[in-house]
Amino acid sequence: MMTPMLEMRSISKTFGAVRALRDVSLSVHGGEVHALMGENGAGKSTLMKILSGAYVPDPGGEVLVNGQPMHTGNPREARARGIAVIYQELSLAPNLTVAENLFLGEEPATAGVVNRRQMLRETRPILQRLGVTFGPDTLVGSLSMGERQLVEVARALGANARIIVMDEPTTSLSSRETEKLFDVIADLKAQGIAIVYISHRMEEIYRLSDRCSVLRDGTYVGTLERENLSAARLVSMMVGRDLSTFYKKEHKATGAGDVVLQVEDMSDGRLIKNCSFEVRRGEVLGVSGLVGSGRTELARLIYGADSAASGRVILEGREVTPKSPREALDHGIVYLTEDRKGLGLFLDMTISENVNICVMERDAKAGLTNFRRAAQRARQAMSALAVKAPSPRITVGALSGGNQQKVLLARLLELDPKVIILDEPTRGVDVGAKSEIYRLIDTLAERGMAIIMISSELPEIIGVADRVIVMREGRISGEVAAAPGSPITQEAVMVLSTGDAPDTPEPAAARAE
Amino acid sequence: MTDTTAQSALDRRARMRTLIRALGMLPVLILLAIGFEMISGRFMSANNLSIVMQQASINIVLAAGMTYVILTGGIDLSVGSILSASAMAALIVSLSPEWGMMGIPAGMAMGLLFGLLNGCLIAFIGLPPFIVTLGSLTAVRGVARLMGSDTTVFNANLPFAAMGNGTLFGIPWLAIIAIFVIVVSWFILRRTVLGTWIYAVGGNQEAARLTGIKVWLVLLFVYAMSGFLAGLGGVMSASRLYAANGLQLGQAYELDAIAAVILGGTSFVGGVGSIWGTLIGALIIAVLSNGLILSGVSDIWQFIIKGLVIIVAVSLDRLRLQGGART
Repeated sequence: MMTPMLEMRSISKTFGAVRALRDVSLSVHGGEVHALMGENGAGKSTLMKILSGAYVPDPGGEVLVNGQPMHTGNPREARARGIAVIYQELSLAPNLTVAENLFLGEEPATAGVVNRRQMLRETRPILQRLGVTFGPDTLVGSLSMGERQLVEVARALGANARIIVMDEPTTSLSSRETEKLFDVIADLKAQGIAIVYISHRMEEIYRLSDRCSVLRDGTYVGTLERENLSAARLVSMMVGRDLSTFYKKEHKATGAGDVVLQVEDMSDGRLIKNCSFEVRRGEVLGVSGLVGSGRTELARLIYGADSAASGRVILEGREVTPKSPREALDHGIVYLTEDRKGLGLFLDMTISENVNICVMERDAKAGLTNFRRAAQRARQAMSALAVKAPSPRITVGALSGGNQQKVLLARLLELDPKVIILDEPTRGVDVGAKSEIYRLIDTLAERGMAIIMISSELPEIIGVADRVIVMREGRISGEVAAAPGSPITQEAVMVLSTGDAPDTPEPAAARAE
Repeated sequence: MTDTTAQSALDRRARMRTLIRALGMLPVLILLAIGFEMISGRFMSANNLSIVMQQASINIVLAAGMTYVILTGGIDLSVGSILSASAMAALIVSLSPEWGMMGIPAGMAMGLLFGLLNGCLIAFIGLPPFIVTLGSLTAVRGVARLMGSDTTVFNANLPFAAMGNGTLFGIPWLAIIAIFVIVVSWFILRRTVLGTWIYAVGGNQEAARLTGIKVWLVLLFVYAMSGFLAGLGGVMSASRLYAANGLQLGQAYELDAIAAVILGGTSFVGGVGSIWGTLIGALIIAVLSNGLILSGVSDIWQFIIKGLVIIVAVSLDRLRLQGGART
């Protein structure tokens, strides 16, 4: 067998007392898409950061490129050896053009004066190779998330990368943009480039990967060849046990409860137009739609995070229409943001502080923090939601995505809300935590809470929701309800979200915001 | 892996890290003190230490106010000017024969007023703190000069002169006031809901709003507090000098206050830091000034050395934190 293009041998990495990686090996061939899976915190990102030179591995391991050992812990060398890593959070400068981003830090210059013409000249063929519609002098800030992802790929190609790592590239892409990215990946593969593809989405793994390696708790579990891939096997490898009941709907909510929340004629004067719907006690209402269809915007209007131009929110028959998040919280309407790091958590603060931040005012006596109550709440929340952390005094920034999400959920549940709006509750969350969150949603519905769940993952929304409303271009384009014996189908939802029904014209909706 | 002993060990380590972060500059302070003692031979005398405390006290009070502001990710450039205006107010009121003692509340009220003005512009109109307080740095300086018709105001029989020059059990009143301010600040920041809100707003202002925190209240409070403490600083300064001058008093005090906060390990982007660090930072600056004078270093070199020590100390701190930052 030929030498692999990339080989990582018995890599270990410890941070203080924490072992992030233990004796992990991985080999990738040219022209191969090698998927890397594992729960959050399994060590995928650490492994890739060692590859990119951001981290130095513990002594004993080695990285070989084309059979030649590479000096680790040196980003410059990694780049020179043809390694490019595209992180989840893109590292582009939105105020610069595509060409400037491509050459960021390595601008062609004579005597310190940047040669702009050369930059444009060299960028153009790369963009052509990717088949994109934007030019080298487009401002990156004006591109959609999907297009930005392609700029990252272009940057990797510009640096003559032969090994490209993509870390969950599709999380913020619309389905159309995802298709585009997959075409590009197929092209890169044909050009003999090795691709390491990290994702949580099974369909993508099926579709793209030639082989799939799984990490768990910092150790290497195994590699499956394409023909042996199956969801059941991958999931059991990732979590170390079977997940026979992934989506489990136990609550019975077939219109039994009273209407808790009514939204009437919501508009924001920009994207959202005349949205009306209602949610009942103990019901899980799914909100589907493409990225950019206005789901988050609508949720933020209901929560009072943005001000509505018109419309009313009626809670238990009384108009409340919150003007600020604080009012919404007082009424018992809570919102879980889709951007937990940017808009949700206080990363420098402890688990306990994050869990208690909304209720500490109520618990306080004369403005003094009630530390005993706070510790009690934190302990209970951590055990109720199975937050994996050694102590409630750990800062939230040090937790994995799944545990961070649970902390954020715990914060909302401390308020004992009547209506809970979950915006992409399982985004960037590993399989184990995902199933725990589904179970939690189910329990909350059972207890009579009204739940609105926004999700881009169709299987998830169909698996969890009792009824799904679909948004398109700021309007509610339809509703699909599960009836006994006939569950909601993916097709029914897709038709409503893309407008591909026979009688409607072709929409221009599939752009991300 | 996560049995109870390991848990308490981790707990302890987390607490240690906070402590180290807060007291990170303590070794620098101690080294400086020992160094100056060796050079001059009189630095550690009780008399001199009391002078250092007295000199540090006004900056400690200003820096405490600045700590609140910087913890929210803001900045208050106007404290030097507010101190000057407040000192003027305190002295002018102290000249009235019957209400002389009212100079103290008058000065503090003056500071609170300007602080509230800053806070309103920042909290309600949403102007950037740098711009607002840069404006008030200039405008309030003008007000201070106006108050004394651009002259120095004296009061040889200042009714509250004891505050600036007296001692209690050998400790200068000024130092006692400064320590009191630090302790109260610690209490507010660490023991009240408002304190947690201050850290939350500094950590992530938009998340704080979405969490239902009254962000406007937090911002108004921190700038009002900073102004109020600058007012207190003005009264302290007036009581020590028996005089105030709208043009010169408090010039560049805001820079020493900011330097003390940064030396104390408070993050300039907000959300991380402690009041104890600020105390140590302010003491380092005072020890430097005093020690350099005792060692007979010329005025010009004092400036250069002070500046360099601040830069080197903060660089060392950053290096140290990087070493053990990730877990």
